[in-house]
Amino acid sequence: MSSNTDFVLAVEGLTVSFDGFKAVNDLTFYVDENEIRVIIGPNGAGKTTVLDLICGRTKATDGSIKFRNRELTRMKEHDIVKAGVGRKFQTPSIYGDLSVFENLEISFPRGRSVFGALVFKRDEEVISKVHEVANMIFLGDQLDKQAELLSHGQKQWLEIGMLLMQDPDLLMLDEPVAGMSVGERQQTAELLRSIIKDRSVIVIEHDMQFVAQIADKVTVLHQGKILAEGSVDKVKNDPKVIEVYLGH
Amino acid sequence: MFAEYSSSELLSIFAMQGVAGLILFSVFVLMALGLAIIFGQMGVINMAHGEFMILGAYVTYLTSHVFSTYLPDFFSIYFILAMILAFIAAAALGALVEWAMIRHLYHRPLDTLLATWGLSLILQQTYRTVFGPREVGVTLPDWLMGSYQLTESIELPINGLFVMCLALGISLAVALLMYRSRWGTQVRAVVQNRPMAGAVGINTGKVDRVTFALGCGIAGVAGSAFTMIGSTGPTSGQLYIVDTFLVVVFGGASSLLGTIASAFSISQAQSTMEFFMSGSMSKVLTLLFVVLILMLRPQGLFTLKVRR
Amino acid sequence: MSYQGFRSLLPKKDLYSFLVLALILVVVLPLSLDIFRLNLVGKYLTYAFVAVGLVLCWGYGGILSLGQGVFFGLGGYAMAMFLKLEASDPESTKIQSTPGIPDFMDWNQITELPFFWEPFYSFGFTLLAIILLPTILGYIIGVAMFKRRVGGVYFAIITQALAAILTILIIGQQGYTGGVNGMTDLRTLHGWDIRTDNAKYVFYFVCVFLLFVCLFIAQFIRKSKLGRLLVAMRDKEDRVRFSGYDVSNFKIFVFCVGAIFAAIGGAMFTLQVGFMSPTLVGIVPSIEMVIFCAVGGRLSIIGAVYGALLVNFAKTSFSESFPELWLFAMGGLFIAVVMAFPNGLAGLYNTYAAPKVDAFFAKLFGKTPVSHSSPPTPLPSKPTNTKTESVTLPQGVVHEQ
Repeated sequence: MSSNTDFVLAVEGLTVSFDGFKAVNDLTFYVDENEIRVIIGPNGAGKTTVLDLICGRTKATDGSIKFRNRELTRMKEHDIVKAGVGRKFQTPSIYGDLSVFENLEISFPRGRSVFGALVFKRDEEVISKVHEVANMIFLGDQLDKQAELLSHGQKQWLEIGMLLMQDPDLLMLDEPVAGMSVGERQQTAELLRSIIKDRSVIVIEHDMQFVAQIADKVTVLHQGKILAEGSVDKVKNDPKVIEVYLGH
Repeated sequence: MFAEYSSSELLSIFAMQGVAGLILFSVFVLMALGLAIIFGQMGVINMAHGEFMILGAYVTYLTSHVFSTYLPDFFSIYFILAMILAFIAAAALGALVEWAMIRHLYHRPLDTLLATWGLSLILQQTYRTVFGPREVGVTLPDWLMGSYQLTESIELPINGLFVMCLALGISLAVALLMYRSRWGTQVRAVVQNRPMAGAVGINTGKVDRVTFALGCGIAGVAGSAFTMIGSTGPTSGQLYIVDTFLVVVFGGASSLLGTIASAFSISQAQSTMEFFMSGSMSKVLTLLFVVLILMLRPQGLFTLKVRR
Repeated sequence: MSYQGFRSLLPKKDLYSFLVLALILVVVLPLSLDIFRLNLVGKYLTYAFVAVGLVLCWGYGGILSLGQGVFFGLGGYAMAMFLKLEASDPESTKIQSTPGIPDFMDWNQITELPFFWEPFYSFGFTLLAIILLPTILGYIIGVAMFKRRVGGVYFAIITQALAAILTILIIGQQGYTGGVNGMTDLRTLHGWDIRTDNAKYVFYFVCVFLLFVCLFIAQFIRKSKLGRLLVAMRDKEDRVRFSGYDVSNFKIFVFCVGAIFAAIGGAMFTLQVGFMSPTLVGIVPSIEMVIFCAVGGRLSIIGAVYGALLVNFAKTSFSESFPELWLFAMGGLFIAVVMAFPNGLAGLYNTYAAPKVDAFFAKLFGKTPVSHSSPPTPLPSKPTNTKTESVTLPQGVVHEQ
């Protein structure tokens, strides 16, 4: 279908239709090694659907998604994760009944089979990794707390922390600063800057200031298609983009 | 298994069993409609649905008793009044149950299931205490007795025919209500997005209560119709509840058309097979078949494909 | 197992509740009850096997099975078939038109032992079947349902349908199964009369022993990462899936474990009560088993045992004195346990009694010594599950909106 490339992620001709409605239509884009790609676009542009397609939550109708030249479209979700793709959901998705420690521990990439989980031991390696990540996400002193009791912003951090436990090669973040206070937003921006080193990242975000801070390249989606692609300044001044965002 | 019958015999067997299946189909539709509204639109599992149906049956029984004792002249039309009363009684009880129980459990479907099972036990024992453990039957007015002789070997019982018409009429009424009335629009709005529906001024609590009451009311009418083709006991409702749930799930929980189509296929399969093997085996095979299909296609026969 | 491993499997609190239960079942009840009553307790304990399995499936995994009676029945019928064959030797059945086959087959004009009965002459095969049949069936159901992401109420309805199907099948095929009366008149196990008081004592203690084996297995699962994964899946299934786990495998596993527990309970039922019938398989017994678990507390494996005991005690004493009221009481129990105390007896105990009991033990043993088994970092404490919403699963089907 498509040839091998040097890109970390190569999306080609990606299409998905829900009863004839094409939420994503013939989408093609490439993400480089260590690139920070931000996807923006008005509501209903298909941003979240693109992430769903890459991580296997939604099955593509047509097209190909290659991660390090491995075809993802026919892989199971957990195999995609094992291949090195991590994904954060739009609303904080954490396990409210478990403690912060246990939340992070579950994402530690060991003992993922039934038998493995039964005999999983909480050894020094796990404990130190959990502490390391917890300190990064500002929750170092909250490890025993039930996750449900965290604030909204802390839950977002916890989920980011769970992804760091996985140590994915491609990290996908769906609106990581949505619903955060100004202070939390600042902290999150710092956090993201430190964790996006040494890996490729796809971020969906609305906050243009935040986008300008982190993005290498911006892709603007509109009605399931790419409207514009390039640097922040380039897309900001693109007349088509302005038209879509400001209306007629 | 067909070898010992001639082709014309087979034809009339299928026709006869087809008619029996149609009556079963009507009962399924009547019971499943109420359940489909409650489960499909609200996501609530009402295990006491059968007992709401039996309530309608007992109301019909009481009405027929009252008419034959005090108003024998009007006995031929008691059935119309009985159905209305059955609807009101079941709907009123439904509204009460929704207020006292269901509305506290909307986010816990499995717990609703257990609580309504408890309700069904209480209702069963109530019926047993009030009406006694024996099954009761109603006297049919003359015009519902007898049958049409369609061909030499095919008979159409009139009471069965009447139940079929009833099922058809109520299905149409429900379809109109859900897809053509303002109230139906409100129900579907609440189903799709509860906070938004509330924000645009729909009283979602009231919509829930009316929906639940309507579903129970239809069960009451189903029970009323049920008295025409069978007798009623305290536990008669439980006999049908599993079949009815399978009908609803098999049809694709949120589709009225699916409910009717699945009621049709299940009842026809069961009654056709009944001629060739024992009743219990045909039921086992039918249920097994439905369960297998549901395992292969868990979303049921009819469903909308939507973005999660 | 090292001491440290043991302490993390059975922390002090759990250890005490295990010991108290053992004290009651092994010492108090056998000493204070006559054999008739003790045999009744043994019968109730067979339901506790099912309830413990349900704590894992439903309380932890969020999978509500309304068809546990199927597995209880598989275990019970497998054992009953073995005992029935032993009771149907040609000598004791010589008045039948076909001697050497079970009496109900003879009554139904069956003249030859059906092929699937043959292996049940072997006790070894029977024991194997008690474990393997429910595992295989549970696995098939689990794969078919969980791999397709069916869960929640759909799973409940389909398992309930299975219970209905099996009951109708057993009743309908009475020549092969004994029909509605079930398999009765079971007499000996390897020539040893199972109807004597002596045998009943032995079976009671075997039953208690097996129950504790199941409880330890359940505790091991609960305390392993798999237990935490189940809680996590119940809450945010997608998050677990996108953390690299094949969610369905865990559900299949825990469902099979519940099925095996239920089957062991069923086999012990047959041995202690002396018969097996479809009334223990169908919709009603299956859902009653759920209420045993709910009354005990759906998150407490020890609670499930108390739940099974108490509800059945109540049932027996009610049915003896006010049979009319029992259904009211049972119905009320269902509603109350859902609406008023969703964490059951264990929840009530933790809220009201536990602080006092802890204080009592502290007084009794002096100040609790610092546990030297604690790992270098503070272990996260097991959260108390007061949040009832988390116990339910979202609507199960993939395309449901």
